[in-house]
Amino acid sequence: MHELGATIAAAAGPAVQEVFVERGQELVLRATREMILPLMAMLRDDPRFAFEQLVDLCGVDYPERAERFEVVYNLLSLSLNQRVRIIVSTDEATPVPSIASIWVAATWYERECWDMYGVVFAGLTDLRRLLTDYGFEGHPLRKDFPLTGHVEVRYDEEQKRVVYEPVALTQDFRNFDFLSPWEGMTTLPGDEKVHLVRAERGQIEGPKA
Amino acid sequence: MKARLRTNFRGAPAGRPEIGMSGSNTQDIAWNREALPPGPAQDAVVKGITGEIEEKGFVIANLDKVVNWARTGSLWPMTFGLACCAVPMIHAYMARYDLDRFGIIPRGSPRQSDVMIVAGTLTNKMAPALRKVYDQMSEPRWVISMGSCANGGGYYHYSYAVVRGCDRVVPVDVYVPGCPPTAEALVYGILQLQKKIRRTGTILRG
Repeated sequence: MHELGATIAAAAGPAVQEVFVERGQELVLRATREMILPLMAMLRDDPRFAFEQLVDLCGVDYPERAERFEVVYNLLSLSLNQRVRIIVSTDEATPVPSIASIWVAATWYERECWDMYGVVFAGLTDLRRLLTDYGFEGHPLRKDFPLTGHVEVRYDEEQKRVVYEPVALTQDFRNFDFLSPWEGMTTLPGDEKVHLVRAERGQIEGPKA
Repeated sequence: MKARLRTNFRGAPAGRPEIGMSGSNTQDIAWNREALPPGPAQDAVVKGITGEIEEKGFVIANLDKVVNWARTGSLWPMTFGLACCAVPMIHAYMARYDLDRFGIIPRGSPRQSDVMIVAGTLTNKMAPALRKVYDQMSEPRWVISMGSCANGGGYYHYSYAVVRGCDRVVPVDVYVPGCPPTAEALVYGILQLQKKIRRTGTILRG
């Protein structure tokens, strides 16, 4: 895996900025945004790499960064049984070159990424939203997008159609402590004495103070 | 005579008036309290009506009751499986619960349907389509809301993309709770709808 990373880095030159292995088994490349197209073409066509498949393409939002978005490409080579992950970063305005000319499968992935994060892909012929509602405004997977969104729908009896209105929650948002009863509570009500007895015998630790 | 003949239209049309009750001691929770339990009394009524038809060729009955009997006995649902709730709905149609024996046969067209089972999460994008399908159904029509998501948004109540209850879009007759409800729960909901039709149904239009 480390050799594969080194080989790709050597063959790609400045297109690859950084090579590292995550969790001891996942090869990750940080790539230069402008040079992603020749890099991807090489990864697919070079017989040493032969990444025939684009398994997934997704976005990630890091609001604190100057280039807040990452686009992550996961590639698979069935013939050589190897995988690689390529990461490029961008911001709201800078387009990422579309790789739909290399893997046609990228079309929907890039539409989804545009839909959810607002990452612009240059050269993508079909830049429509994929998942959200027709005429939806905003990009819902951005960290600054409110969970409940901005509009909700209901049927209007007078207009005889489904209308959009600003969100008015009838039930306030609730916060939960996500402690499960098995983790948060070590002594069940009524069991205190049992725990005390066991603690005296030194079988388990005493109940938490 | 009229009162006697009415009993003919009280049971389920599929010939199983005993569904939901196992004997006369469970009369209080029976789904159809007017139904006669199997026995000499029921036999006498059936025999009487058979004789009536053989002699005269017709029977006299209350038209509202006949219409309600027909409506409850052929509730054709519009298949609207939106999410995982469609799976227990399919279970209810399949051999074990076999909704066919209630005369419930799923349809692919709203024009032929009487009841719409909204099974699953209704998203904003789907809402106009759901309403359009409802509008295309012919009167009389009913709606069963199946599962937490259709009842009130459920797990996705605070989501930007989900309608907080399908009753914001269509009028709902029966809500079936659960996430997802079991097939038994859906069958029970359908029986409740039959009960509602039997109680409130009329051929008069408001």
